[in-house]
Amino acid sequence: MVHSWELVTAVDGPGTRMTIFLSGCPLRCQYCQNPDTWQMRDGTATSVEEVLARIRRYSPVFAATGGGVTISGGEPLMQPRFVEEIFRGCRAAGIHTALDTSGFLGSRASDALLEHTSLVLLDVKSGLPGTYREVTTRELAPTIVFGDRLSARGTPMWVRFVLVPGLTDSVENVEAVADIVERWPTVERVEILPFHQLGESKWVGRKLPYTLHGVRPPDGALQERVREQFRRRGLVVY
Amino acid sequence: MKNSILMPNLSAADDPIVQAWDRFRPGPWRDAIDVRDFIQRNYLPYEGDESFLRGPTSRTSGLWKRISDMFPEERARGVHSIDSLTPSTITSHRPGYIDEENELIVGLQTDAPLKRAIMPFGGWRPIAKALTTYGYEVPQQLETIFTRYRKTHNDGVFDAYPPAVRRARHSHLITGLPDAYGRGRIIGDYRRVALYGVDALIADKQNDRALLGEAYSNDEVIRDREENAEQLRALAELKQMAASYGYDISRPAATAREAVQWLYFAYLGAVKEQNGAAMSIGRNAAFLDVYLERDLAGGELTEEGAQELIDDLVIKLRIVRFLRTPDYDALFSGDPTWVTESLGGTGADGRTLVTKTAFRFLQTLYNIGPAPEPNLTVLWDPALPEGFKRFCARVSIDTSALQYESDLLIRGAWGDDAAIACCVSPMRLGKQMQFFGARVNVAKALLYAINGGRDEVSGDQVAPATTPMTDDVLNFDIVWAAYLHLLDWLAGQYVEALNCIHYMHDKYAYERLEMALHDREILRTMACGIAGLSVAADSLSAIKHATVTPVRDERGIAVDYRIDGDFPSYGNDDDRADDIAVSIVERFMEMVRKYPTYRGAVHTQSVLTITSNVVYGAHTGNTPDGRRAGTPFAPGANPMNGRDTHGMLASALSVAKLPYAQAQDGISLTTTIVPAGLGHDREEQIDNLSGLIDAFIGAEGFHLNINVLTRETLVDAMAHPENYPQLTIRVSGYAVNFVRLTPEQQRDVISRTFHESL
Repeated sequence: MVHSWELVTAVDGPGTRMTIFLSGCPLRCQYCQNPDTWQMRDGTATSVEEVLARIRRYSPVFAATGGGVTISGGEPLMQPRFVEEIFRGCRAAGIHTALDTSGFLGSRASDALLEHTSLVLLDVKSGLPGTYREVTTRELAPTIVFGDRLSARGTPMWVRFVLVPGLTDSVENVEAVADIVERWPTVERVEILPFHQLGESKWVGRKLPYTLHGVRPPDGALQERVREQFRRRGLVVY
Repeated sequence: MKNSILMPNLSAADDPIVQAWDRFRPGPWRDAIDVRDFIQRNYLPYEGDESFLRGPTSRTSGLWKRISDMFPEERARGVHSIDSLTPSTITSHRPGYIDEENELIVGLQTDAPLKRAIMPFGGWRPIAKALTTYGYEVPQQLETIFTRYRKTHNDGVFDAYPPAVRRARHSHLITGLPDAYGRGRIIGDYRRVALYGVDALIADKQNDRALLGEAYSNDEVIRDREENAEQLRALAELKQMAASYGYDISRPAATAREAVQWLYFAYLGAVKEQNGAAMSIGRNAAFLDVYLERDLAGGELTEEGAQELIDDLVIKLRIVRFLRTPDYDALFSGDPTWVTESLGGTGADGRTLVTKTAFRFLQTLYNIGPAPEPNLTVLWDPALPEGFKRFCARVSIDTSALQYESDLLIRGAWGDDAAIACCVSPMRLGKQMQFFGARVNVAKALLYAINGGRDEVSGDQVAPATTPMTDDVLNFDIVWAAYLHLLDWLAGQYVEALNCIHYMHDKYAYERLEMALHDREILRTMACGIAGLSVAADSLSAIKHATVTPVRDERGIAVDYRIDGDFPSYGNDDDRADDIAVSIVERFMEMVRKYPTYRGAVHTQSVLTITSNVVYGAHTGNTPDGRRAGTPFAPGANPMNGRDTHGMLASALSVAKLPYAQAQDGISLTTTIVPAGLGHDREEQIDNLSGLIDAFIGAEGFHLNINVLTRETLVDAMAHPENYPQLTIRVSGYAVNFVRLTPEQQRDVISRTFHESL
């Protein structure tokens, strides 16, 4: 089930990317900017071949920009076979592939899927299990297990951390994220994504209870403090 | 043939031509006028980066400050000053200077900087209106001359327009026609003056004259002879004008400084006589580079000195001014002159045409700051040297002042010595000109098709009456057939209008100097154009894929449309909608081609509105795509703002589907990006922008205008949202209309869009 697609540059991996958003997600992050992708039923049934046809159309674009395909969501590992087939097709065509995931369903990713994955954009939404639960309603542990597995197989990772004042910004929580990330040598960069309020209208529109109303985006000083926490570990931070 | 005229005595070492051409590699260019051959044999391709460039000298900065200090007053009043008494010709005004002692390149349109001249041959009324608007008295004697004794282009056109054209024009179905102002979009090959000197050009035209003297005196030959006589007079006057500044341009330029000066004099002569809608200067970088490199190699010039010459030329090009009326400015937003200079490209032999001087032109945007003029245009080819591509991307990110056109398509159609006139119109220099034709409103035409040829606003029967659609729900096949019928009628009216206009422009406001810098045998194109393409395509897509019910008023005219269901929109790389846009372009071109043109001009069309998309929208009622009456169209070939939901590049790839072969006057796309949307740091942004242009041009895109948003723009949009109704920002993968955000969200967007910390 595909929610939508978009050609984007400088987000979701290197170069210009075709980002495919799949429907369905087991997490309910308080700051989710795309609550319209939570439910499988909000997607459109799309065949692997349809998606691959469009991807192939953009292969000159990917070649020109050093880009590729990113599968995001939702949570793409809700549909691991679909992802695997698309990535297999991409790699056969020499196209770079990136998987944008929370890692919560990492156990569903087969070795074959990971074999065809050039890069994983791994969301580590919090470093303390309690905070993780508060943010996402789910457990942190599966993400760590998945990261360990990626690291062991040598899969490159970009770790992403959404910085929400009052929710994920405590020094301890950030240190805990950094502790986790530090043990994965295949992490190429850490991206700090400052929280924004632009998703609120989607919550309101869907009559969902939005808990972050009125929370301000992190200021420059806070962003810098958090980036520095990662930088001290010798990580490349954006 | 011509060789004896150009080359009087090549063996005489003291001959000025021999001296001027010292150290140049010889070739056919010495025997006949052939600037391209001169360039190809002598230019030095440059594959490096921008590190050799120099900043401004204090002289350059001082000169620029002196002139730019006059801009605020000009902006406040609309004009700085006007010479209302002297119709402008090549020699009408005494020499003028910004700061005589400190100018390396001299020459102004009048005797003082920013003082505007009157050019009444296009039409007297716009002059009188402009003078009145800006508080000048209309000189009675001139008014008598130009309304009683000397007919103008404007008078001629209205003597000849058929009634149906007048109706189509009055109802804004055909608009922006150059029937009361200079048509422009003709580029003299100004390089010829520098390379050959005016005397050789005169000799060449006299040679043409001798041939014409042998021909039978039919309409065509008589016109050619009269034009030739006018060209010869213009060349003589050009020498006289240069002499008034103390220069003898009868001989070729002997130094780099003279080459820049000669070339500028030639251009200056053109803008003293013609207030054209676009007065582009051509493709001069590689040409001038030959002279600059020769003087640099000879030790007669330093890099700093070379840059100063280009900086000074650009200063002059930035202060070209025309007297225009406020409604003209409303149509074209501001005070544009389109002094387009085309840079880059690849030669037919595969060598890059990028030279150090292409970099020097770009460097002016740093040395004297960003500006819209001259309109620096990069002819992009993915095979351009990386150093140049990256510098262009950097300049775009820093200044938004560049536009890009496909060198692949232009070179394929017009060769490697073509330049852009105005925004997107390519033409071979000195060998081709166009009859500028503004554009027809194909969105309004669709409403006419639905309403049996009646105007949806006035109710007037403008097109021949056909059966209006009375069905409850619009049927695509019926609407499409009626639309094609209407477009066919419109194409005929349109070509007729253009024939009348250009017949009269040639007769009453002939571009004698610009045409003196062309060959005798030239290719003429009849540059038709369309506006409202995305509105028409989306409307037809809605009719085809959703259910569209017209809402009719008491006159029986469909004035609104109810849309039930979704429909694909042009701009999402979705063939269901994009194919409709392609069909409109192809079919209209096909129809235009059926109607014979004045002087046998080759039919072309553009998909370009410049900024008149606002005015076209203002005169168009509600459309079946859901667009409300009066809402601006998207500019040029752009998809409607906000309907392209799959990213900038997907939008661009939809536009790239429009076939250049059916729109050889150019297809325009304007796009806005934020720096952070290109990458985390500057290097990544430069790489990604260069890659995006490669991707677009590689997909057969033709033109790309790139606006890189600045922090100042967003801050200004917060303060004046009314000026930015369409400003779209992409944040975290989706688009938001900036002015609809709360102030807090806007501040957030600004802070996240510009990474000051990096």
